Amino acid sequence: MSIVSKPSASKIEAPKRLDLRAAIGGGIFEYAPAPESVRPEIADQYGLFIGGEFIEPISGNHFASMNPATEDTLAMVADASSADVDRAVQAARDALPAWAGLSGKNRGKYMYRIARRMQERARELAVLETLDGGKPIKESRDVDVPLAAAHFFYHAGWADKLKYALPGRDPKPVGVCGQIIPWNFPLMMLSWKIAPALACGNTVVLKPAETTSLTALRFAQICQEIGLPKGVVNIVTGAGETGKAMVEHRGIDKIAFTGSTVVGKAIAKTVASTKKKLTLELGGKSANIIFEDASLDQAIEGIIEGIYFNQGHVCCAGSRLFVQESILDRVVDKLTDRMSTLRVGDPMDKNTDVGAINSKEQLDTIERFLATGENEGATKHDVCPSTLPEKGYWCKPCFYTGVQPSHTIAREEIFGPVLAVLSFRTPDEAISRANNSPYGLAAGVWTDKGSKIFDVAKKLDAGIVWLNTYNKFDPTSPFGGYKESGFGREGGRHGLLAYCQ
Amino acid sequence: MSERIPIIKTYKLAIGGKFPRTESGRTIEVHDSAQNLIAHVCRASRKDVRNAVEAASKVQGTWANATAYLRGQVLYRLAEMMEGKRLELAHAIGAGGEREVDAAIDRVIHFAGWTDKYPQVMGGTNPVAGPYHNFTIPFAMGTVGVIAPDEPALLGLVSLMVPIIAAGNACVVLASEKNPVPTMILSEAIATSDLPGGVVNLLSGYRDELVEHFSLHRELIGIHASGVSEAHRTLLRLGSADNLKRVTIHEDIDFFDDAQCEGPGWMDPFVEFKTIWHPSAV
Repeated sequence: MSIVSKPSASKIEAPKRLDLRAAIGGGIFEYAPAPESVRPEIADQYGLFIGGEFIEPISGNHFASMNPATEDTLAMVADASSADVDRAVQAARDALPAWAGLSGKNRGKYMYRIARRMQERARELAVLETLDGGKPIKESRDVDVPLAAAHFFYHAGWADKLKYALPGRDPKPVGVCGQIIPWNFPLMMLSWKIAPALACGNTVVLKPAETTSLTALRFAQICQEIGLPKGVVNIVTGAGETGKAMVEHRGIDKIAFTGSTVVGKAIAKTVASTKKKLTLELGGKSANIIFEDASLDQAIEGIIEGIYFNQGHVCCAGSRLFVQESILDRVVDKLTDRMSTLRVGDPMDKNTDVGAINSKEQLDTIERFLATGENEGATKHDVCPSTLPEKGYWCKPCFYTGVQPSHTIAREEIFGPVLAVLSFRTPDEAISRANNSPYGLAAGVWTDKGSKIFDVAKKLDAGIVWLNTYNKFDPTSPFGGYKESGFGREGGRHGLLAYCQ
Repeated sequence: MSERIPIIKTYKLAIGGKFPRTESGRTIEVHDSAQNLIAHVCRASRKDVRNAVEAASKVQGTWANATAYLRGQVLYRLAEMMEGKRLELAHAIGAGGEREVDAAIDRVIHFAGWTDKYPQVMGGTNPVAGPYHNFTIPFAMGTVGVIAPDEPALLGLVSLMVPIIAAGNACVVLASEKNPVPTMILSEAIATSDLPGGVVNLLSGYRDELVEHFSLHRELIGIHASGVSEAHRTLLRLGSADNLKRVTIHEDIDFFDDAQCEGPGWMDPFVEFKTIWHPSAV
């Protein structure tokens, strides 16, 4: 019996489908649980890190930081008011002259110490990141924490080389930087913000997202451990109001924000009447384009990596998949097969591919998009067989076909494991449809034709273009968007521009 | 013999490689220091701004896709045409005019030479920790609005405009309000310089009327300004909140000082750095 039908002359037809899971005996070869066993020490309650010390918020108010996979409270975290922000800015201001005046080499040495200490405490940081944020341990262990440490290591080396970085210029620090980061890569985003700022001689007040403060607070302990001068790094925890107090604060010279486009625009409006410098890394609706001459199996891995990595909580997620029409059926079949092997569940299990959604709020948002997708007429493919845990916030990875460019799920950022599949006929059509978005953060292109791939890469309005790969990051590689995905770059030599004047 | 009656010229706008009058039909009188009427200029309207942005956006891709070598030659040609109008420009500027024109021409020469060097100096390969070829290239960002300072009318404008077009962008310029005539003479040099029509569009008019329309026009992706009031600065920065415009406003700058006004730092705000990854393993 053959399971392969004969291809017709006009079109390459998909082979008859085989249920891969059934073929390998259904669930009998499931992996045994492989839970991470390290349990880091977590205090019952955390203060604010201001002037090198942990201090209580003036209001005395704290809020709970929760494990989204179990809904258990991990710790109580201080809620910083504008008066607390004021204290943090003052501490950063006081620390500025000495830090900016330190030789570049010595600034660098403090940063090398931070990088080393992060490497030494990597396991603990990874577990903490997974407990607090819900991402699979294999991702926090292999991606988030190593990249965060690498970012400090890379920028430590810039501290005494700034005059070579910007030819013909004599770079000076901007001053006190207010930095507001999101919950999707808490420690990595912290390092993307703090490392270049410190290398260039600035001092910082950083606010982690309210659902993921714990690794930032552990980072604050590292600053203490390595003897970083007091006030150079200040961590204020809190929600939107704390961020607003930072944006409005007159003592802050620069705001760096990573988050949603709506909030980014509101920040731009607030600082318009001031001389504050601003860099924004905002949302995206990135296109992943598969040509018929791509290596399909690699492309399928790239699609999975592009949209289901970190539960799709990635600003550069390849959430719009453009498939050349002649291979659309085959891609949908292969994607279905591949997704039938994705494991959703306990983030602390080393075999888990897709972890918990970061918060109830985000889960509600994703579910609204899922409902809209079907209401607008797209077809949902719910092909992931995992059984979801009873407690916690979960969303099975899925994709939609029959998506029109006008559909909400093809235009708006969902920030979840949801893929919109669209098709195209010619390279020009792929480019124009990919560029037809107010966003311009990233893009992926899959083809084995060299000249085509570089031509398409050149024409895509995107700050990062992954060719025959997706979602790769490195401290030496500048990251940032075109159009409404923000301005400024983070990482590489170009990232230094944002922290010098 | 009676004294010759001079011709009082009305300078028109420069939009899309043509010289239209403002659609509003309004003009502004220009006087010399002795308060003699010497010319009229058009008082551009919101519609003129929109027409100019449309013309700029239409041609920007063509200009950006021209080879860097060609763009350099075209800008050098612009310097040649300005040199030919050196005395006319200097006369329109008034006292100190020749020094200003010379500095403006030299600034064009400086940035003409950057077109095929900037990507090497500010782009490059990134040594990522993995089997990937990774590189960063600057690309033009689109159409940029320029608000020129009142003084130096010509040098200020040229210093703000030339880095933008050297990077492959198109622009829409609002001329010095105090002395728009040198700008409008410059438009005649531009028209004969081989720059594709619409890469540079020059408008004369009132900042109080037009800055808002620059700030809120969604096809403009950047703003480059100098010598604007505090209120106008806020208005321009509000454009960031609208469509994430890249806004650069210079204050306290000496446009005669090469050290302050030359170099790749003037092009950085008007390019998008694109980083490209490709596996390099077999």
